[in-house]
Amino acid sequence: MFDTALTFSDLMFMLRGAALTLAITAVSVAAGTILGITFGVIRHQVGPWFAAPLTFVLDVLRSVPLLIQLILANAFQSIAGLGWSPFVVSCVVLSLYTSAYCSEIVRGGIQAVPMVTRRAARSLGMTWGQDMSHIVFPMALRVALPSWIGLTLGVMKDSALVLWIGLIELLRASQILITRLQEPLFILIIAGAIYFLISFPIARLGDRLEKQWRENDPS
Amino acid sequence: MIRVENVHKSFGPLKVLKGIDLTVDQGEVVSVIGGSGSGKSTLLTCINGLEPIDQGRIEVDGIEVHAASTDINKLRRRIGIVFQQWNAFPHLTVLENVTLAPRKVLGMSRSQAEEIGVKQLDHVGLGDKLKVYPSKLSGGQQQRMAIARALAMSPDYMLFDEVTSALDPQLVGEVLDTLRLLASEGMTMIVVTHEMRFARDVSDRIAFFKDGLIHEIGPPSQIFDKPQKPETADFLKAAD
Repeated sequence: MFDTALTFSDLMFMLRGAALTLAITAVSVAAGTILGITFGVIRHQVGPWFAAPLTFVLDVLRSVPLLIQLILANAFQSIAGLGWSPFVVSCVVLSLYTSAYCSEIVRGGIQAVPMVTRRAARSLGMTWGQDMSHIVFPMALRVALPSWIGLTLGVMKDSALVLWIGLIELLRASQILITRLQEPLFILIIAGAIYFLISFPIARLGDRLEKQWRENDPS
Repeated sequence: MIRVENVHKSFGPLKVLKGIDLTVDQGEVVSVIGGSGSGKSTLLTCINGLEPIDQGRIEVDGIEVHAASTDINKLRRRIGIVFQQWNAFPHLTVLENVTLAPRKVLGMSRSQAEEIGVKQLDHVGLGDKLKVYPSKLSGGQQQRMAIARALAMSPDYMLFDEVTSALDPQLVGEVLDTLRLLASEGMTMIVVTHEMRFARDVSDRIAFFKDGLIHEIGPPSQIFDKPQKPETADFLKAAD
């Protein structure tokens, strides 16, 4: 018969790790999305030449492995005497990392809005801001949502890397239990199931919105 | 009154308008005909301030469209424009398409805007499509919706840029009927069109564009029956 040394308090330990994973993901995706929209709009608006410095920084954030960014940021904040906790470092690094990807998604979404549609909006006397908020963003959202959902799920899983700067999130909590209980398969199955339970509603929400929108979209 | 004086406009090295003079009085319907690339559509987007001009001036009711001091968004409320390509807002229902600008630009309440929206959509024969999304409409219906959307701003002028060119032949009639209706109601209109019979029927004057200039302008009887310029006669013969 199946027998395990995993206790209720061990499970709670894993769930606390999952809560930390969720917290870091929520903060990073929220902040990264706001920054990403800002960067994406700036890049679309000012054109490639003026946006070059910003694009360069975002390219660096996209191309340097997240693990290196985390360790370097943690070291630099310590050298600079900022006194940030590992949680703050994780949120800052992951937010910037998310914003780099999100700005690409936003730029693509805005570019997908036909110029004639924007012209029609402006010809009705709408300002740039009204055109952006009532026409461009809602239309761009439909294009960008699947990629954004993918980004969110990716960031959630990538957030496991913060264990390297000392945070006990879900994966690290699982590792600790594996070392102590020597039941790697069982514990990893539980960890995997928890990751799935976090991801599933996000993915489903995306599917539902897409389906709802598709009904109104031109075929 | 729309007054266009010596307007020049280039896109890069391409000179599209080479000194256009045109005055359109209140209640007048002026059709603009001419070959592709003769600058007809560009003139409309310049009048609406969507394109800057290189030289000359355009005034609408004495307000200079391209002056830095002009609040162009405010001026555009009075100049409706409908384009060749259907440009419905796909994420909004037909009624929302029509009520968005009155609500956001003119600051109307939702119920006020809807009252006007329903009236204008009835006007163009789409009273039964209020809750439908544009993707469910035919091209002609979308174009009529675009006309209602522009009319909901209660413009003093309407500019039509080849509004039937992208439509299947059997859908052209319904849109032209809507334009005829507006003309009969006394709307001041500039209509860029390839529909010669329509131009002849509804226009007070017809302007023939060629190579960025108005080659000839006059009442339909002159343009169609006694053209003064051989180019006008050639164009009409080819268009026949």
